[in-house]
Amino acid sequence: MADGPVKDPGPDGPAGPGRTPASDQDAASGTPASPSGAAPVVTPASRPAPKPAAAQPPKAAAPTGPPDPPPPEGQSPPAFVVALASALPDSVTQLSYYVGDWTVIIPVAKILEVARYLRDAPDAAFDQCSDVTVTDWPARPQRFDLIYALYSIRHRHRVRLKTMVAVDQPVPSVTSIWPAANWLEREIFDMFGVIFAGHPDLRRILMPEDWQGHPQRKDYPLEGPGELLMENPIDWLKLRQSRDEADIE
Amino acid sequence: MFDTNELVLNMGPQHPSTHGVLRVVLRLDGEKVVDADVVIGYLHRGIEKLSENRNWTQIILLTDRMDYVAAATNNVGYCETVEKLLSVEVPRRARYVRTILCELQRIASHCLWLGTHAMDIGAMTVFLYAFRERELILDLFEEFCGARLTYNSMRIGGLPLDIPSGWDKKVLEFCRIMDTKILEYEELLTHNRIWLERTKGIGVIDGPEAVAIGLSGPALRGSGVPRDVRKDEPYAAYDELDFDVPIGSVGDTYDRYLVRIEEFRQSLRLIRQATEGLPEGPIVGKVPRLIKPPAGETYHAIESPKGELGYFIVADGKSTNPYRFRVRPPSFCNLQGLPRLVRGHLVADVVALIGSLDIVLGEVDR
Repeated sequence: MADGPVKDPGPDGPAGPGRTPASDQDAASGTPASPSGAAPVVTPASRPAPKPAAAQPPKAAAPTGPPDPPPPEGQSPPAFVVALASALPDSVTQLSYYVGDWTVIIPVAKILEVARYLRDAPDAAFDQCSDVTVTDWPARPQRFDLIYALYSIRHRHRVRLKTMVAVDQPVPSVTSIWPAANWLEREIFDMFGVIFAGHPDLRRILMPEDWQGHPQRKDYPLEGPGELLMENPIDWLKLRQSRDEADIE
Repeated sequence: MFDTNELVLNMGPQHPSTHGVLRVVLRLDGEKVVDADVVIGYLHRGIEKLSENRNWTQIILLTDRMDYVAAATNNVGYCETVEKLLSVEVPRRARYVRTILCELQRIASHCLWLGTHAMDIGAMTVFLYAFRERELILDLFEEFCGARLTYNSMRIGGLPLDIPSGWDKKVLEFCRIMDTKILEYEELLTHNRIWLERTKGIGVIDGPEAVAIGLSGPALRGSGVPRDVRKDEPYAAYDELDFDVPIGSVGDTYDRYLVRIEEFRQSLRLIRQATEGLPEGPIVGKVPRLIKPPAGETYHAIESPKGELGYFIVADGKSTNPYRFRVRPPSFCNLQGLPRLVRGHLVADVVALIGSLDIVLGEVDR
């Protein structure tokens, strides 16, 4: 798959200014990386950015997360959430209610405890892990929102767990609690590069094994070298040559 | 004496009974399967990433390409998720037509499943019979929206078109035909001795374990778990209609077969009720011209013919495309259970079990 989408081409890469995937370090250190390249570029030489202006561009360009609105007045949280908060103190950092869905936001360190509690407590009984997924917010230091969609067959209720994860921060795998999460976590590893500690078989699942980069990150280009080849064939040939040489070595 | 060695056998990706491009690496002890590794991704087209760069209306067309034998169901799931984000009320007539289309689609999908599953096991006639009836449904869809496979048959807020005149009569006529055809399938298979030998006691899984490894849909109900999104979290018009959720008792391939056969009947029952009670009224709700849901995220699940089809969508409130578009594909999660099901069975049963899970690789790989 030498002709696949552009892997991180390095400093001499041919990708145009809008296409170069921002490196993880940039995003992790909180620099407003803009996935679409729409951020107003302020060159330091021409205009020393004043303080409020420096704070504003990231807000305008790259969103830093969904609003997670708190539950409205009179909407009392389900009993199992109240029980969870009292059984495991410090486990619920925030509670959100939006268009009929409850979301419990928890710290990364508490994932296994909370998951085990929600599966085993008789009034929660979340035996089905419907979905595990990630939303990428590159402008944030903890750039990934990790979301678990749970369903209880006995009580017929749903809840979502959400936690925030930084790049290269290992997340405890919930496969020991819900084996169904196995492939779902593998897909997240493949597509976003989130590492799950304790996962029995953490391999790529959809992309080829030797693939570089994580395609569903926001800073990964949508279009591969196909168009690049059309626009700038010489650069692309150079990149391919350097890659072939690296392979031989 | 001879030594015994484990043999690694590669099945697929080009194999007729893997229903697409699925590769299963089998570790064999003689003819018994010791372990299986499922390799997927050959049909990965990046639909999730692509959708994050298309506007809300264009995505309907992409959802067609996931489970391409049940495209209308995918459309319904996506549109309802966006309607939930927009808080749009869908008119009653549109919800009824959606129900009819979903159930027709379920019958078409089950026909394809039945035909291919039976042919994998060696029953050729059922394949021809089942495709004959699927053709009638494709004709109905063609009359409704002009396409036969990828329909693009929904719009956010309702339907693109009202049903053509006389279409409801044709649907009822189809139900009448289908009633007798189910009997034909059952005559060929249900008490067929070869069929019983090949399916009874194959891939037995009990309810709690089936839930734990992530099965959903008929594969889960075959194990005796009465979980059906249509009943538990009603969408479209299912809360106004009357139907039963068939469940199995043993959890083997035969039970999963019986559950799907009974679902044919329940689908016909739903179609009849919805067609006869089809309310008059508008077909599209009040949807803004430029679709731009407020910032927020939601997960919405529907019952596709394969199982729980969920959409998790994040809107950032600023752009005209979703910030995050995630599909919870039922085939993907069901296929995860394949290694557990095939362990200890013969190579020939692997084919029966892949058929029994009813996977579509377009949806597994997206």
